[in-house]
Amino acid sequence: MSEILRISQLNVTPKNDTSRLLVNQANFSLSTGKTTCIVGESGSGKSLTALTIMGLLSKQLQASGNVVFQGQDITQLDDKAMQTIRGAKIGMIFQEPMTSLNPVLTVGYQIGEPLTAHLRLKGQALKSRVAELLEQVGIPASRADSYPDELSGGQRQRVMIAMSIACEPALLIADEPTTALDVTVQAQVLKLLDALKTRMNMAMLFITHDFGVVADIADDVIVMFRGEIVETGTRDQVLNHPQHPYTKALLACVPDAEGLKTLKPIDYAWLSQEATA
Amino acid sequence: MSDIILEALNLNKTYTQRSGRFGFNTTHIKALDDVSIQLKQGTTLAVVGESGSGKSTLARCLLQLQPFDSGDVIFQGQHLAQLHKEDLRGVRKHLQMVFQDPFASLNPRMRVGEIVGEGLLIHGVGSTASRIALVHQMLERVGLTAADATKYPHQFSGGQRQRIGIARALVLQPKVVICDEPVSALDVSVQAQILLLLKSLQAEMGLSYIFISHDLRVVRHIANDIVVMHKGKIVEQGAVEDIYTSPQQPYTQQLLQAIPGRKAA
Repeated sequence: MSEILRISQLNVTPKNDTSRLLVNQANFSLSTGKTTCIVGESGSGKSLTALTIMGLLSKQLQASGNVVFQGQDITQLDDKAMQTIRGAKIGMIFQEPMTSLNPVLTVGYQIGEPLTAHLRLKGQALKSRVAELLEQVGIPASRADSYPDELSGGQRQRVMIAMSIACEPALLIADEPTTALDVTVQAQVLKLLDALKTRMNMAMLFITHDFGVVADIADDVIVMFRGEIVETGTRDQVLNHPQHPYTKALLACVPDAEGLKTLKPIDYAWLSQEATA
Repeated sequence: MSDIILEALNLNKTYTQRSGRFGFNTTHIKALDDVSIQLKQGTTLAVVGESGSGKSTLARCLLQLQPFDSGDVIFQGQHLAQLHKEDLRGVRKHLQMVFQDPFASLNPRMRVGEIVGEGLLIHGVGSTASRIALVHQMLERVGLTAADATKYPHQFSGGQRQRIGIARALVLQPKVVICDEPVSALDVSVQAQILLLLKSLQAEMGLSYIFISHDLRVVRHIANDIVVMHKGKIVEQGAVEDIYTSPQQPYTQQLLQAIPGRKAA
């Protein structure tokens, strides 16, 4: 369980208004072989945190603080150096499997792109590696010549996963990878990601707003609220023994499949009182 | 209590799709295959299924927003498919709909007051002054303020827009409200607010809901009865308790097992 990524004092602000902290003093670390989930509502800063790690923040935003990946502060790297890490050592899966694939290129070509760019694979070697990756994510290798529109949503997300793990990254960032999928497909994709993480001994940073998904996949959990990390801990600590009032309030809104819970919306006024107390 | 207020009998609906080279061939997709449901007065019937299972088609067919091939929809003894346009409009007053996407279902150029009051205007309810009063009342009832009537939809958050959508549906004092994934675009905290609002409005106004959803956790909290659809067919139906504790069909079992975070038995 070695530490692979450490984020310290990360702030993200708009360039033209540095007093608005979209991510406020975030500190956390990720370890090899572990899945860390970031949970929070929309606007809590969870996706921005992931984009900062990838160096993909929008030009209107700026980040300060340190992101140390494998002992190297990657916030200081220039674009070219960052490109050798992005896609090779850090992989990313995006939320929308419908829009994140290029519709005019075959999926085989798209899975092969990072292999050519980072590992210089060509010809037969490239072809067989692409076939291998497709098999790994549960798609017949013959589908390499298909275009994205010939695949279902779940299959497209599997293609995205194959692309992101093509170069065997040490860290995989998944931003709401199952939100757009049906429940049964979601369950399959979660299982696949978990199996890949174990087999390749990756660290996985998994962004979600769904506590059910957290319960299924997380080792550690980070809870974000309005740009701040309000609680971190193991899955059991956060889900079963939450400490922060926001975590407690958020858990109280999640409907359970057993129907035992009385739903209680978050009382934000009470919450801000609680925070100042 | 157990009077049937809305009933669908053997609904069939087939979509035709061009396929093959140059679209020379056609494929038929059965969106509804012999679907029958019954909604009891004052209760909530959930329709669950994955994308493409036909649940939204069912909603549109119930409201006669879309013609179906065969079958019948009966609302308070009236056969809706046989009604003329004008008569149907009268019935629609009692059958309202809340849509999924709170960003797309409100006209951005209309003020909230006009959006909520449009139904009243169309159905010729009351005078101008009484219509305004009704709109204000309804806005307050769903947790907004009368002052919000002069604002535009873009000035509201997703949860507030969904409240506007609910106010629009309920201002006509309908008997049946069809909710098509009303909370799936919302954050979980907002989702809880809207679910509780729908529940309390149901008790207060004696509403019957058809609640379309893919989220089995949400359904557990709001529905009395449940219909499970798969590829246009009803796989299983019954009381929520029964379906969740002892699902009979393999597909239902598979769906329930796929609920994320379900404690592994």
